[in-house]
Amino acid sequence: MPFRGLYQGSSFFELLQTDQRHLLPDLSAWGESAVAMVPHGTTVLAFRCGDGVLVAGDRLATAGHSVASRDVVKVFETDPYSVMAISGAAGPCIEMARILSVELEHYEKIEGEGLELEGKANKLSQMIRANLPAAMQGLAVVPLFAGFDTRRKKGRLWKFDITGGRYEESEFDATGSGGLYARESLKHGWAADLDRATAIRTAVAALTAAADEDRATGGVDLERGIYPIIKLCTSSGHSDASEGEIAAVYRSILEARSAGGNL
Amino acid sequence: MSMPFYVSPEQVMADKAEFARKGIARGKSIVALEHQGGVLMMAENATSLSKVGEIYDRIAFCGVGKFSEFDQLRKIGVRFADTKGYAYSREDVAGKALANSYSQVMGEVFTRENKPLEVELIVAEVGDDRYEDHKNNSLYRIKYDGFISDHSGFCAIGGNVEDVESVLRNDYREGMPAGETAKLARRALTAGTEGSSELGSDSLEVCLLDRARTGRKFCRLSSDEVQSILDS
Repeated sequence: MPFRGLYQGSSFFELLQTDQRHLLPDLSAWGESAVAMVPHGTTVLAFRCGDGVLVAGDRLATAGHSVASRDVVKVFETDPYSVMAISGAAGPCIEMARILSVELEHYEKIEGEGLELEGKANKLSQMIRANLPAAMQGLAVVPLFAGFDTRRKKGRLWKFDITGGRYEESEFDATGSGGLYARESLKHGWAADLDRATAIRTAVAALTAAADEDRATGGVDLERGIYPIIKLCTSSGHSDASEGEIAAVYRSILEARSAGGNL
Repeated sequence: MSMPFYVSPEQVMADKAEFARKGIARGKSIVALEHQGGVLMMAENATSLSKVGEIYDRIAFCGVGKFSEFDQLRKIGVRFADTKGYAYSREDVAGKALANSYSQVMGEVFTRENKPLEVELIVAEVGDDRYEDHKNNSLYRIKYDGFISDHSGFCAIGGNVEDVESVLRNDYREGMPAGETAKLARRALTAGTEGSSELGSDSLEVCLLDRARTGRKFCRLSSDEVQSILDS
């Protein structure tokens, strides 16, 4: 590893592109056949609640019609005030989340000051754009990015398309194979002023609805003790919904359903 | 035809060393001290341009001399550490490897280039209680010619370093609490200045490597926090 490279700027991603090309995943040469073999993440969602955001994702990864992993993590803290959730080809997705989190820390250390939340979202969109050749082969990275904007004092979230297009959402969004069903559920359950407990319930209900309709989405797995990842990001930083909280909410959803009610 | 002057290698090195020493002597001093809860770094610095910076989870950087030169070295260190941590794992980024790389680069510049770097550095690393083999703190000092030394307890670099060190040698005790270390550091830096009045919190840059933190252990104290740690 050379100590002094050519790159002089403050972006870690560009540093890798300039001086450490071999460390960046290059998937553009992969054929369509790879798509069925590579694990894919399924449903992730994000919505604004209180003064921040909630981001959640199920734990299932699929390869073609098989289960690739039952306990994959798709929601990542990229820095103390932002979260990234991934759906799409798991390998490049997880790598992109890793690079983004180093990128944000790197920028802060080099410049002495962190990026704005919007700046972070913009950086992510450039990274997705750089992945476009691979995305055209079917290895798309379609993340959600959300966080607490420390300057505007509110939660914000963005969705992206495979070309790096960046769209801010003011309420909620969900992506992945079960995203449509999760969005339908959120449409009914979401409100601007949800408290923590209701927000967690809304997220579990949406993931349960997605798992119900989409075979590739995991939902809550009580038998194996595998729970979705639910992260809240507010003015006081990150907090996770505990497995106990999620299990309790899910049980009450099941009770309501077996009593003949809706979710 | 005129003959070029012959200058002996000894003379060239001595001249370069003299030049670098003069440059560094014009600057102010920095001290790094181990304490109960980690490492404290204090610089006499009333400007907003930092001399102490974060490199990685447990590693910090201090530089004196020409700002443009040591800040460039700091950035090289951040790039090196982040790339290494990304390619391997966060635990694989170690202060010793970084200090060695600095020593190589500065040594190379000293022998090859006409103008040596007019800087001196400290690489400080705080111990990690989770790993048996990483429990101890490390302090490395790297001089303008690449000379590297490791120190236990305290380390000082900069202009009037003899006066600063003599205070530390007399009064430093192992396992001091952070507040006492801060007071000692200020006393040592004050001894290095020409004036007799004690340095105020506004003219001090203080950073900590705090063992108790998880993940990134570096923190920079605001002027109020500096005052309160000095009053504690």
